[in-house]
Amino acid sequence: MKNVLTTPISDAMIQDLRIGDVIYLSGMMATCRDDGHRRRVESGISPAFALEGMSILHAGPIIKVRDKGWEMISIGPTTSRRMEAFEAEFIRQTGVKLIIGKGGMGPDTAEACKTYKALHCVYPGGCAVTAASQVEEITGVEWEDFGMPEALWILRVKEFGPLIVSIDTQGNNLFEQNRVLFNQKKEEEIQRVASQVHFSHG
Amino acid sequence: MTKEQQLTATIADFISLVAKRLPDDVFTGLKELQREEKQPLAQALYQCIFDNLELAETLQRPICQDTGLVQFFLRAGTQFPYLDSLEEILRQAVLKATEQTPLRHNVVEAFSEQNTGTNVGTGAPWFEWELVPGSQALSFDVYFAGGGCSLPGRSKVLMPSEGYEGIVKYVFDTIVDWGINACPPLVVGVGIGTCAATAAVLSKKAMLRPVGSVNPDPKAAVMEQEMRRGLDRIGIGPLGMTGSKSVQDVHIEFASHHPATLAVGITVGCWATRRGTMTIQSDLSYEIHSHKQQKRKNGQEEGI
Repeated sequence: MKNVLTTPISDAMIQDLRIGDVIYLSGMMATCRDDGHRRRVESGISPAFALEGMSILHAGPIIKVRDKGWEMISIGPTTSRRMEAFEAEFIRQTGVKLIIGKGGMGPDTAEACKTYKALHCVYPGGCAVTAASQVEEITGVEWEDFGMPEALWILRVKEFGPLIVSIDTQGNNLFEQNRVLFNQKKEEEIQRVASQVHFSHG
Repeated sequence: MTKEQQLTATIADFISLVAKRLPDDVFTGLKELQREEKQPLAQALYQCIFDNLELAETLQRPICQDTGLVQFFLRAGTQFPYLDSLEEILRQAVLKATEQTPLRHNVVEAFSEQNTGTNVGTGAPWFEWELVPGSQALSFDVYFAGGGCSLPGRSKVLMPSEGYEGIVKYVFDTIVDWGINACPPLVVGVGIGTCAATAAVLSKKAMLRPVGSVNPDPKAAVMEQEMRRGLDRIGIGPLGMTGSKSVQDVHIEFASHHPATLAVGITVGCWATRRGTMTIQSDLSYEIHSHKQQKRKNGQEEGI
């Protein structure tokens, strides 16, 4: 059984989800990445699309402009870590509940997810045609002056996923946990590999 | 149609193909990693990857929305008849491919910070030239430099006393710190040379080598194999979510270096490393080296 969340998302809908859980999303989302975060947080300008209880996707899609409306060609997640400088404040100001991207985010976002009850989830990176097939309709676009990748595209999605919870409402951070694990193993492996590559003319 | 237009169309069509289908070596390498993967979540992620590849093929769409900044690594015969106009032909090919594929608009002019909306701009597409004396043919790699997999790239000049051990540490630190967000399993290119610039260029050439290829120098080959084994044991897994392996491959390219420096560069490619290699003769007949497999049904490759 797929665990499908439908927007608008309440605190109760997400408070028991934990890192590593797999969910899907139906409803409304906006794409938002570097420029969109910067404008919202630094300039304090709000898009017309109300983000409270909604989701944002860190993504810059390929979209074909049709005579009437648009066609989604390809839309995968982008590196979430680029948005770390703005995300906590973005969550606080907008009331967004689901942040979807690629790779992990840092301690400020984790703290904001805990305080304001939000999730960061990972969509499998690069799986952009699958993601496009889960977009039912592009209902609008804002901040088009940023260009195609950076504009806020407003999307209606159906069973968008799989989404792997990477930060939960307790502030647990899957990528940080993995990073600790990887770093422990890394030190051992550096020692081992280094002992194999002592090349010198000596 | 003029000969120049014919050449432009051939290259534009090839760029479109590279956007929609992985090169044979990358596809085969990923299949092997999928077979070796033991963790359930990692297995599910490989399934997502292959489902996406199949859908891209069926719908004829770019595999990933980030079709990168287009870069050409040219090995041009000095007798190739279109050398004088080749850069303009390649720019036109990128414009045409951007329209017909379509590719995402990924060229932002520096300082004005305006997206050109065409994938052409100052130094875009990017060209790296090598001349082949006496040859009438043009061979090249075309590569889509995506944002996510360009982010971990770096180079540094080490003290020679840090040795090859210092190179290992620099590579491992970079991959664990930044590589996990760059859509692993990665193709890791390592360059060794005198200064930051040459090490960086060599790392790019290393990354562009086919998955499964081995450096002909025996010591470099040992270092490639040991680094691969070491990174794999860290268990980064597909998309950094942990798994049985970490990388598609580790490649080293090197030049001799100044006695007072040992520079290292790193360039990585994501799981969806989109690289194409072709040779075009003076009569404009051509051969595609990187994409010889035919239609891939249910994730299985079929040779020609």
